[in-house]
Amino acid sequence: MNTPKLPAGVETVAQNEVTETLIVNIGPSHPITHGTLRVQLELDGETILRAGAEIGYLHRGYEKQSETVFYNMVVPYAERMNYCSTIHNASAWCYAVEQLMGIEAPPRAQAIRVITSEMARITDHCVCLGANMVDLGALTNFWYLNNVREKMLFLFQELSGARMMTNYPRIGGVVQDLPDGWIAKLRQSMEDMKGLVGDVKDLVSNNRIFIDRTQGVCPTTKERALSFGWTGPCLRSTGLSMDLRKDQPYWGYERYDFKVPVYQNGDTMDRLLIRFDEMEESRKIILQALDKLPDGPHLVDDHLVVLPEKDKVYNQMEALINHFKLVMHGVRPPKGEIYSFTESPNGELGFYIISDGSPRAWRVRVRPPCFANYSAFPQMLQGAMVADVAAALGSINIIAGELDR
Amino acid sequence: MDQSQITDRLKARFGERILSTYAMCGQEAVTILPADLVEVLTFLRDEPELRFNMLMDVGGVDYLGYGGDGEDEDELRSHRFEIAYQMFSYDLRHRYRVKVAVKDDSVEVPSLWEIWRGANWMEREVYDMFGIRFTGHPNLRRILNHDDFVGHPLRKDYPITKRQKLSRPIDHLLTDKQEWA
Amino acid sequence: MGLESQLDNPFLTTTIDTVVNWGRKYSMWPLPFGTACCAVEFMGVVGPKYDISRFGAELVRFSPRQADLLLVMGTVTQKMAPILKQIYDQMPQPKWVVSMGACASSGGFYDNYSVVQGIDEIIPVDIYVAGCPPTPENVIGAVYKLQQKISQEKVAAWR
Repeated sequence: MNTPKLPAGVETVAQNEVTETLIVNIGPSHPITHGTLRVQLELDGETILRAGAEIGYLHRGYEKQSETVFYNMVVPYAERMNYCSTIHNASAWCYAVEQLMGIEAPPRAQAIRVITSEMARITDHCVCLGANMVDLGALTNFWYLNNVREKMLFLFQELSGARMMTNYPRIGGVVQDLPDGWIAKLRQSMEDMKGLVGDVKDLVSNNRIFIDRTQGVCPTTKERALSFGWTGPCLRSTGLSMDLRKDQPYWGYERYDFKVPVYQNGDTMDRLLIRFDEMEESRKIILQALDKLPDGPHLVDDHLVVLPEKDKVYNQMEALINHFKLVMHGVRPPKGEIYSFTESPNGELGFYIISDGSPRAWRVRVRPPCFANYSAFPQMLQGAMVADVAAALGSINIIAGELDR
Repeated sequence: MDQSQITDRLKARFGERILSTYAMCGQEAVTILPADLVEVLTFLRDEPELRFNMLMDVGGVDYLGYGGDGEDEDELRSHRFEIAYQMFSYDLRHRYRVKVAVKDDSVEVPSLWEIWRGANWMEREVYDMFGIRFTGHPNLRRILNHDDFVGHPLRKDYPITKRQKLSRPIDHLLTDKQEWA
Repeated sequence: MGLESQLDNPFLTTTIDTVVNWGRKYSMWPLPFGTACCAVEFMGVVGPKYDISRFGAELVRFSPRQADLLLVMGTVTQKMAPILKQIYDQMPQPKWVVSMGACASSGGFYDNYSVVQGIDEIIPVDIYVAGCPPTPENVIGAVYKLQQKISQEKVAAWR
């Protein structure tokens, strides 16, 4: 630490000076935590000697609740985990159950899932970047990125009726097809988004204050990132390239041409700037998916899994009974277990489902990406200053709903 | 590497210590006893063709009352809990699952936090939800439920609507214990 | 404005209650006690598309000592409940509470061991907003309803 040089003539009084460290609590209700996280710092002046993190303030019992409801009824619970990119969690859950049952959603449904997941990725990055900039003092970016987010939410509302919690994916596909004119509006939004995100990136990446506050702050090494189980943009900012959309593709991602941005330093600035690049790649994926959107059904043709069409239900006895059985007794996967993984905006979102053949899951274990990312946070803060807590905490994008489930 | 090849490697190396294998939907797993856990996982990490260097997830399961439709699965009844370790290889991009059969909550499982730091919080969560203790863990306290909570919620004999209120804010110091080396 | 229009002097006569309530309702300082998804929807309410600052409630203050409207947004768990009570106690009077969303009003669809089934188990609530999450228009409607409620209050009752 730099102790200032005292002017001539001033004597230090301290002979038997006793100093002690200060413990500061950044409590669960605090603006920089963006949710219900708690951090305690042991300070020597402004430098953090040790930090401790506590979670669990938003533990809503998702895993136990999922054991009490049918498989399709878990979709709303799954959506509320990572509440910034809601539709991706639900699609990932449906994909996990489909894998367990050994069925595959039709190509059109998979392409729609890709489009909505990339829109969710853009929404999540907008919230992360916007909220983090507010903590650093740059409020304008929050409004610009909020504009992008509102466009996405308006499209979700047209698609499913609700802005955030869409309840749109189903086991076997998606609940309904794209409405008329939606694709043209999406293309227009992608055009507008390019300008807005480009503006924010220009405002921020050459800004002296931003660079001073984020460059070299709380860096993470590759070994530490692997040891803690980091995935997603945080891992890619340390120099390790891992993206499940490229390495172990699903939903037809191998048909789209996109880059995986990788930064080298692993500090806060890299973790923030990588998200701008990821938003641009998501934009490209959406446009390619719209160009290559296949025709066909949006739900798999399996009467044990999806509800029959309404006019058949009203006119044919078999369809009515089928509808009744599915609603009252649910979908029954075979006995077994599966670990299914997708690349959510924060990293690898895994679902470990154990089924006992009944319509309710025996055990649902969620591997939240934020959990592994946040467990490295106390160690990251050692040696940093108090003001770095805000920048670093926002850069790893902790969503308390996913962290605590 | 193929999942079945990994299983064969493990069976060749550990023989009788592999209690059972499992294969479904293209994914395979082995079940072992807690005493063999560290050896099996370090073998998976160090073997040059396997190189499982990332521990993705540690999840507990309670099998109390499983298989109620009459099928007799003896090996599932003999132990109540299982802990599933999802392993991932960053270099070779393959996955595997290792399951540890824990008879009941008196058995202690060795902690992996010295090898993989991420196991620290994940094992705390298994302790919080199931009550399984981990030897060598630096900070085995509850992580998701509050400290006055009695019981372990994800066990099958814990009723879901049994609420336990907290009447005071939690005020212990988090920097008391050294959580890392 | 009957009497005032006959006079030459530009004075208004009214009651203390009306004036004080007029000041209070059009300049509420919210404390966003955001826990979950509803807090993210609140970010949309504060945004330029659904602008809550039109109704005076723009100045969000994260310190309870400086706020008078407690917006509880999101699920309150058993672990978080004492903190909510502490924040509510730290707010000076007059104070109002809006419970935004299904989780804050009644526990939502989380009927399990860790969720408080409605914050009115802990603190008194003035306005409940339904929705999961409520649309921004809903939230603005709640603020408007709260303004109407405030205009009926008596200043002497805040003791």
